[in-house]
Amino acid sequence: MPMARLETFYEVMRRQGITRRSFLKYCSLTAAALGLGPELVPQIVHAMENKPRTPVLWLHGLECTCCSESFIRSAHPLVKDVVLSMISLDYDDTLMASAGHQAEAILDEVMEKYKGNYILAVEGNPPLNQDGMSCIIGGKPFLDQLRKVAKDAKAVISWGSCASFGCVQAARPNPTRATPVHEVITDKPIIKVPGCPPIAEVMTGVITYMLAFDRIPELDRQGRPKMFYSQRIHDKCYRRPHFDAGQFVEAFDDEGARKGHCLYKVGCKGPTTYNACSTVRWNEGTSFPIQSGHGCIGCSEDGFWDKGSWYARLSDFHQFGIEANADQVGATAAIGVGGVIAAHAAVSALKRAQHKGDV
Amino acid sequence: MTTSDPSQDTPSPSTGRFLKAIYVYEVPVRLWHWVNALAITVLAVTGYLIGSPLPSTPGEASANFLMGYIRFAHFAAGYVFAIGFLGRLYWAFAGNHHAKQLFRFPFWDGHWWAELFVEARWYLFLEREPKLYVGHNPLAQFAMFWVIGIGSVFMIVTGFALYGEGAGVDSWQDRVFGWVIPLFGQSQDVHTWHHLGMWAILLFVMVHIYAAVREDIMSRQSIVSTMVSGVRTFKDAGQPADEDAPAEPAHSRRFHAGRKGGAAKTATPHAPEPVD
Repeated sequence: MPMARLETFYEVMRRQGITRRSFLKYCSLTAAALGLGPELVPQIVHAMENKPRTPVLWLHGLECTCCSESFIRSAHPLVKDVVLSMISLDYDDTLMASAGHQAEAILDEVMEKYKGNYILAVEGNPPLNQDGMSCIIGGKPFLDQLRKVAKDAKAVISWGSCASFGCVQAARPNPTRATPVHEVITDKPIIKVPGCPPIAEVMTGVITYMLAFDRIPELDRQGRPKMFYSQRIHDKCYRRPHFDAGQFVEAFDDEGARKGHCLYKVGCKGPTTYNACSTVRWNEGTSFPIQSGHGCIGCSEDGFWDKGSWYARLSDFHQFGIEANADQVGATAAIGVGGVIAAHAAVSALKRAQHKGDV
Repeated sequence: MTTSDPSQDTPSPSTGRFLKAIYVYEVPVRLWHWVNALAITVLAVTGYLIGSPLPSTPGEASANFLMGYIRFAHFAAGYVFAIGFLGRLYWAFAGNHHAKQLFRFPFWDGHWWAELFVEARWYLFLEREPKLYVGHNPLAQFAMFWVIGIGSVFMIVTGFALYGEGAGVDSWQDRVFGWVIPLFGQSQDVHTWHHLGMWAILLFVMVHIYAAVREDIMSRQSIVSTMVSGVRTFKDAGQPADEDAPAEPAHSRRFHAGRKGGAAKTATPHAPEPVD
């Protein structure tokens, strides 16, 4: 893999026989996908023509590889272009041809050669219990590899809900103490791209933005790129008019379900979930869960495994030894207090009758 | 202020039931109380219906806007609730000392706690008769401080944070209150706590109305009519526990040095005003 100079994206494209016209069209499409105005297209063109490809080291901790599976299905831009042309994906043990010591050697080489200039992408997260022994890469805890590679990285991308928030392996009781990346790496800019998995075009879009503008995208309060995570599924859902009209699916096999009404009452978490599914959609913009008739399960939200049922829009409380949501707790309390008031009123009336004429 | 001015007393020995009247709740306090009560009613009903919507409406989506109207009512009442609360907060500074009670929790006042337990014993039928109060009794003040004083702030903050989600990241609601969402964990948790807050206020309302009606009947002063007229009337000649008896020497209670400051406390009963 060693090269005297990394080719630019444009050079690689031309080498592959792509015309300049196609290249410019691609840049415009990318700008549109990122939600940028036409005046920024020249900037993307300039970046693609002049900037050397950014080395990316992609590490895998405790994960299920669904992020990678999603990533390789990116259509705009095609993942082939991203992996082979835009970035220099120098280490990704799932996608790379080499294995074993050869593969691990590449990590050291890139870290040394591009010190402070490579991007670290993390899929999954490190377990902290048992000295990190629940996740071993090349004979050593993943935790060590993560810390080592993060030390000289320019920025860290946390792929998916695992790296961003912990996801399933961090769900209660979290026996391995799986911990999101930002709680382990605290001295680097971290871009969280949550989702289980994240949308392919969101993943490639984040990389394209970082390559084109040489900076991390604008992040929200939770460290997610604003361009993909600033709105809820609900805000851009095509079934929103049915919500506003009060037209709901009451059961998955009813008339409302056939007519494509709002899935709010069957537990759609769209109103509490920040992601781009309702705009970007999945599989080349083909569909997304709500479009296929099932509510959002909120997979890109913090702790979505631990907030009760995937079909509940209120989080469960476990304090009383039973699982109950806010409305159950409230209604029970209201009935209890109502009973106490009734009893109290009865006793008060008796007392008053007893002391009638005293005051 | 004239709350303890003896010249306002209205003795009516002929009936023996109505011996003293003191102006307690000024117009802004009463107006706020009833506007707030209405806002809470609208908020609770519409809020519940947003969480658990009515049965589906038939017909075209374009011909219906039921959830839209319910949500509008909720948001409009929310603004009334929030602005009313700010106005009420202002009046705590501008109004008489009774207007401050809602926002005060005299944690360090042992005497206040003692009277709170006396009042609790009265509700548990362990006291022969309750003390007289011009303002709120300590138990009522305790509940009002936590549920209406603190609870309103909680509902306003979480409510505007949730509103900011729909209004978008550029909205002032998101800029001012958006930090609440990650503080709680995520949006769903804020929804959950906002629901719990509604239930807490509902419980307060149940107890509040029951206690007010019951006190009106069984205690020694007016309650319900006071929030309409502003005047507290007393059914016997007893000395209210939060009023100073002219003849009584100063006991362990602390006094405000001045009327406006409120914070400065001194042990000298010079220009005495009760901390109630």
